Amino acid sequence: MTAQGIYLDNNATTRVDPEVLAEMLPLFTEQFGNPSSMHGFGAAVGGKIEWARKQVQALLGAAHDSEIVFTSGGTESDNTAILSVLEAYPKKKSIVTSVVEHPAVLALCDYLEKKRGYTVHRIGVDNRGNLDLDAYKAALGPDVAIVSIMWANNETGTIFPIEELAQLAKAAGAVFHTDAVQAVGKIPMTLATSAVDMLSLSGHKLHAPKGIGALYVKRGLRFRPMLRGGHQERSRRAGTENAPGIVGLGAAAQLALMHMTDENTRVKALRDKLEQAILAAVPNCFVTGNPANRLPNTCNVAFEYIEGEAILLLLNEAGIAASSGSACTSGSLEPSHVMRAMGVPYTAAHGATRFSLSRETTEEEIDRVIAVVPGIIAKLRSLSPYWSQAGAPKEFAPVYS
Amino acid sequence: MWNYTDKVKEHFFNPKNAGALDEANAVGEVGSITCGDALKLMMKVNPDSQVIEDAKFQTFGCGSAIASSSALTEMIIGKTVDEALAVTNRDIAEYLGGLPPEKMHCSVMGAEALRAAIANFKGEEWVDDHEEGELVCKCFGIDAAMIERAVTVNSLTTLEEVTHYTKAGGSCQTCHEKIEEVLEAVLAKTGALAPPKSHAPGTVGLDAIKPLAPKAEAAPAKLTNVQRMQKIMFAIEELRPQIQRDGGDVELVDIDGKDIYVRLTGACSGCSQSAGTMMGVQAKLVEALGEFVRVKPASLLPVGA
Repeated sequence: MTAQGIYLDNNATTRVDPEVLAEMLPLFTEQFGNPSSMHGFGAAVGGKIEWARKQVQALLGAAHDSEIVFTSGGTESDNTAILSVLEAYPKKKSIVTSVVEHPAVLALCDYLEKKRGYTVHRIGVDNRGNLDLDAYKAALGPDVAIVSIMWANNETGTIFPIEELAQLAKAAGAVFHTDAVQAVGKIPMTLATSAVDMLSLSGHKLHAPKGIGALYVKRGLRFRPMLRGGHQERSRRAGTENAPGIVGLGAAAQLALMHMTDENTRVKALRDKLEQAILAAVPNCFVTGNPANRLPNTCNVAFEYIEGEAILLLLNEAGIAASSGSACTSGSLEPSHVMRAMGVPYTAAHGATRFSLSRETTEEEIDRVIAVVPGIIAKLRSLSPYWSQAGAPKEFAPVYS
Repeated sequence: MWNYTDKVKEHFFNPKNAGALDEANAVGEVGSITCGDALKLMMKVNPDSQVIEDAKFQTFGCGSAIASSSALTEMIIGKTVDEALAVTNRDIAEYLGGLPPEKMHCSVMGAEALRAAIANFKGEEWVDDHEEGELVCKCFGIDAAMIERAVTVNSLTTLEEVTHYTKAGGSCQTCHEKIEEVLEAVLAKTGALAPPKSHAPGTVGLDAIKPLAPKAEAAPAKLTNVQRMQKIMFAIEELRPQIQRDGGDVELVDIDGKDIYVRLTGACSGCSQSAGTMMGVQAKLVEALGEFVRVKPASLLPVGA
């Protein structure tokens, strides 16, 4: 337990690992050179960047280190991938994606549809968050330039069958991109033998700092840069390299590979313990997403008849950091698009609460959360007009809806 | 994380008058679980004196919804029904020391529940007609539904007109793309538009947002420099008590055309919410002058000016 409390919001961002920070610090002070420079100051940094590239290559199981392009993060990687393919295949006018993607993909697709005349096929999911494979196959066709489907969902942790989807896309002649921001470091990957053409990853989801990410671009794939300028990243992403960030990402990738087993055993067991304890202690709640096929660190529980922001505020008061798909936390009026896509009823969608663990989570912390959560839920339900004194839902039909 | 005031936190963590009121003779239920917030207000009104002797609430909603409900009950207990009717959503927000623009609808819900409960007490039928949409302009708290209505009712066609009628987009100007999208959508379906409805009493509707006075050149009597300066000074004097309540203060330093320089002192200096305070000062001055002005910290005063 850190001084600031119990941090169970690792799908939002993670703490920079002290070892990662240690690798980065010299890049701010002694090794500050520009890797493009001809002198020794630059050369030292250039070497570090290539070391980092190899670490990311290893984590992804990529065939070549030159397939890794460093970017500013997941959003830039997603935008670069989609815009690059559309520019490289100008005659194709369709995009296939899913309804549960991150806004980095969805908002761009909305824009391309509205302003650039593209047709966007958004594939739906069932009530467990599994992709509708029939609809996916039906959407693939000669006009599809790119398929962009996330590897694992940030809210529920549900994993999509990426290899199968990539093979199908390939057979239909479309480029396959996956936003793997949540999956990298938690799911073993061998991109060298995969049909995946492009993959986005983000540093701050795996204990590297914010502002650094990478895009995997399979060798031979047609590529058009989004940022033009210098020759950095083999002219695929212009701009002087974020050297400390890149080195941090390299160090984080190395650590992630080392801790992959821990994530899938110890962390997974802690997650399961938390989830089972909550389900046992709190009435009228259920797990969203597909519990049989999801990230080892993610648990999303929907508490009926109460609202997520209020849950988070009370959790925060108890020193516990979590996250919610509730409308109120985002300032929008609709609950999370992921919850709606899965058909989670509104009575529960607003109370969906995500606990996302990391390798830093301890059993002591999980025990503390287990002790606190039932009281918080009971307190809010006692305030709720949808909940009767007897401890069960009741009829309540206010004037407008 | 929202920037909730201490007052909001106090009413959320320790809500006053939460729970059911069995002897209630005035009940108002508004909101819905679909929208993410709902409020049941229960009041015990003395039939002879018309005084609200007790009030309780049950709320499904976020922190500010619960705090608004709690504040509402505190504000109305002891008031007569007619006195209570004067309570607006702005009063609730002010009682709480302000709400983030995205959360103003929580105070609207409180004001509506109050009206619904009073209608229930009087045996009248209460119909809600308020609708809300995605928040577009965060500076002035204008949502898409309000812009749509303004565009429809006044046959607006340009971004500038929308800004003149609703203020949306008049401050930080980052929402212009969104305003244009709303505008385009409305213009695209002209003809299929229903006549305007009046809004729920006590809530802020379109009629509260009057078109700004025409720009200076069209104005029949342009303010003299002295008149303008006096207006600015008067508006700032009006704001001071509110800011002083938080332990801060504001002082007018200079006026340079559209740029008005002020200095925040006391608890305001270095406060994380000082940007919000500056925004509030600007909104006040824009309103007082009927023209767009920029409020800047005195530290930005050009050297030698």
